[in-house]
Amino acid sequence: MSTTLALPFAVPRRRALPGFGLSLGVTLLWLGVIVVIPLGALALKPWELGLHGVLAVLLDARTLAAFRLSFGVALAAAAIAVPLGLLFAWVIVRYRFPGRRILDAAVDLPFALPTAVAGLALTALFATNGWLGQPLQEWFGWKIAFTPWGVGVALLFVALPFAVRTVEPVLRDLPADMEEAAATLGATRLQTLRRVVLPALAPATLTGFALGFARAVGEYGSVIFIAGNMPMLSEIAPLLIVVKLEQFDYAAAAAIGLGMLALSFVILLSLNLLGRALRRGTA
Amino acid sequence: MTVEVQGLVRRFGAMAALDGVSLALEPGEFAAVLGPSGSGKTTLLRVLAGLDFPDEGRVLLAGQDVAAVPARERGVGVVFQHYALFRHMTVFENVAFGLRVRPRRHRPAEAEIQRRVTALLELVQLPELAARFPDQLSGGQRQRVALARALAIEPRLLLLDEPFGALDALVRKEVRRWVRGLHDRLGLTSVLVTHDQEEAMEMADRVAVMDRGRVVQFATASELLAEPETPFVAGFLGEAGRLVGEVRAGLLLVEDVGFTGSVPLPDGPAEVIVRPGDVRVLAPADFGDLSPIAIGKVRSLRPVCDGAWRVVVAMGDRVIEGMAAGSPLPRGADCVLEVTRLVVFGANASGRAIWTANDPGHRSLGAGHQGFFAVD
Repeated sequence: MSTTLALPFAVPRRRALPGFGLSLGVTLLWLGVIVVIPLGALALKPWELGLHGVLAVLLDARTLAAFRLSFGVALAAAAIAVPLGLLFAWVIVRYRFPGRRILDAAVDLPFALPTAVAGLALTALFATNGWLGQPLQEWFGWKIAFTPWGVGVALLFVALPFAVRTVEPVLRDLPADMEEAAATLGATRLQTLRRVVLPALAPATLTGFALGFARAVGEYGSVIFIAGNMPMLSEIAPLLIVVKLEQFDYAAAAAIGLGMLALSFVILLSLNLLGRALRRGTA
Repeated sequence: MTVEVQGLVRRFGAMAALDGVSLALEPGEFAAVLGPSGSGKTTLLRVLAGLDFPDEGRVLLAGQDVAAVPARERGVGVVFQHYALFRHMTVFENVAFGLRVRPRRHRPAEAEIQRRVTALLELVQLPELAARFPDQLSGGQRQRVALARALAIEPRLLLLDEPFGALDALVRKEVRRWVRGLHDRLGLTSVLVTHDQEEAMEMADRVAVMDRGRVVQFATASELLAEPETPFVAGFLGEAGRLVGEVRAGLLLVEDVGFTGSVPLPDGPAEVIVRPGDVRVLAPADFGDLSPIAIGKVRSLRPVCDGAWRVVVAMGDRVIEGMAAGSPLPRGADCVLEVTRLVVFGANASGRAIWTANDPGHRSLGAGHQGFFAVD
């Protein structure tokens, strides 16, 4: 109908890439069913308790301790995963050695392994009678499994692949001539690394940090085996949600979930803004 | 600074990128290294810069052997093919880089760095772009930044690796002249690596022609054109027609063309190079009383400047390009070629001879017949 009118706004706009309507429609439908509706339900459920009830759940000492542990250790694990991931990516990209491909593939194992299996393996390894746990306990007096440190080990395990896989392609595409130029200008290897290579990798590194953190903060399966799950000490927020669910306190579980969601969103948003500021110089 | 390399060999697996390269540059000289891709010219530049190390041979900068000295200790300025600017740094920081990474006791004070970088940006005519990032610059501007950055460390030797390749034709011409002017003003010694013969011949005092890992000739542009030492140089530089000939008892016979002339070469097959500028295309009527043995046909022609024409002449299966003056010959018309100069290479590198029409030594052949090609 509108095409018959010779009005400028009525003329159907032609796009160079066809299929915009269809692809956007499918995307929105998918996003609605899988993401928006469940999260919307999550956002609505807690208010059955009223504002006071929600605050009471969130400000409970046990909840706060769980939040502190979950977010603190997830951030720490992501922070440790980043330099480790950089080193890993560097080794895989820059050097050729026998077994490189196996190493390359092994990085992705935490993606593929059921996290419960990983948790069991880590627990067996770090328990006081485990291969690593025993010497650490005997020589240094360190206890890893069933302490917050155990949580850290499990979260590092799941965060590391993200740090590696985000930095690796950028490092691979980093032109070698930039490093050569730095060398001809008199820079040492260390100066080249610090002033040329690392700044060029900074945005990717930050993305790796954000992804690693996001994955770690939501991790459940591997942590519950190694953490010991003592309230106030080594109980993570996702576990607390499960505990509430087992007590049929669905609203309280949703309140904790909403709290995690909000906090994660704030952290990821600020990381995103920081990344944007970093990229402004380079793009 | 004198720059000399002796017997450089650099192998990559079974292939030798440099296969015994020797060159010597005068202080203040602007030299070009010219060759087709894969001839080893970039490897030579990398060896000079200290980014690659030769398997054999010596690299002498100001008389000192630096073959084992890494790039950062050589103080050689390098402008890379794709500029290799630091993308996350401003133009100012890019240029300041070489000063900032100096060991603390040699590092200038911040005010001095500011002053020197500003002076360099003025030198490359970009003072207003100091705060920009490389991605916000045009190709020509990036190139100037790369040059300023290389000059910041006050190199005595400047290496340019195909630095004009990414510029469009108009900008390229201007930048070439400007770079050469800068070289002269700053008293640098420069080496330009390029595959563009026009660029090499326009900018450089001398051009080293490389072929398969060797420098086949190192001479001025006019020498390279007039007295090429190998068939490769003759064919690679300038426009050249290639003909097949044979030397018999000191007499050159050019196949298909029927040309004869005497050359001081041993008997055997010969490669004959003829430049379009050395061939005059005449209408048979203009040739005068001398009756030509045979005649070619004009295949195509285009004007080059007022009154002169560039003519492609077909002689049987062969095509020869030459010049004509005056009113153009129509396409398909018969014509006669008068040749004034030939470069002849004997078989198996047995020597090179240059034959010219007015060489008194060849008069005995008869002026009428020696000066033109003809077909039957």
